[in-house]
Amino acid sequence: MTPQSCVTIQKEWDIVGARQLGRDIAKKMGFGTVDQARIATAISELARNIYLYTENGQICFEVVENMNRKGLVILSTDNGPGIDDIGRVMEDGYSTSGGLGAGLPGVKRLMDEFDVQSEVGVGTKIKAIKWAR
Amino acid sequence: MRIPILKLHNYLLISIQTEIDDNTAIQFQEDLLNKIHQSGSSGVVIDLTSVDIIDSFIAKVLGDVVTMSDLMGAKVVLTGIQPAVAMTLIDLGIHLKNVPTALDLEQGLIKLYQELGE
Repeated sequence: MTPQSCVTIQKEWDIVGARQLGRDIAKKMGFGTVDQARIATAISELARNIYLYTENGQICFEVVENMNRKGLVILSTDNGPGIDDIGRVMEDGYSTSGGLGAGLPGVKRLMDEFDVQSEVGVGTKIKAIKWAR
Repeated sequence: MRIPILKLHNYLLISIQTEIDDNTAIQFQEDLLNKIHQSGSSGVVIDLTSVDIIDSFIAKVLGDVVTMSDLMGAKVVLTGIQPAVAMTLIDLGIHLKNVPTALDLEQGLIKLYQELGE
């Protein structure tokens, strides 16, 4: 496991910064262009959620490697309001911000592994992994 | 950052060459509608050949600008969507139905010409 690199999301432009860094890491790891686009898009959705719903949060990247595979872990952490009903936000088309509601269910489809932990009033942690093929 | 909008006869041409952040996208939406109004253009081609990521927000802005332009009486065609972008949009669950598209700028202009007959 490599040390984490993180991007703090406070300004709207940080969304772009996070997805560019994620794409660079994915490229260096040898992901193909389609997976690079999937990873960058997933990061963009996660970073936008931080920007829209919380004061600040972070997107961190970690490369995991074991015997037979290598993966990129994206960790999204914030100390925002938390998600009241996780089942609801995982439904396609559900949005409280007037967006397309494609965010979290979309990220789940773009990535190979996806896990949300959230506590109301404490914050939200999302971990998503893409494995290199 | 502003995305340049070029006028060619009755059409407007836009080639998005930069990384689009949310503000740039919103600004572009406004700029394009104003430009349609000022120039009286009947057709618009937005070329996305150099765009390597479209997330749900940018997709919404693009889909909306097509509908808004349509309300004003101008037809918009999106062109040059990359394979990787098409695949991620479908993964995201975004189908951009009712949005006219074409393979490249040339095909986009042909499509406008056929539909508007000018």
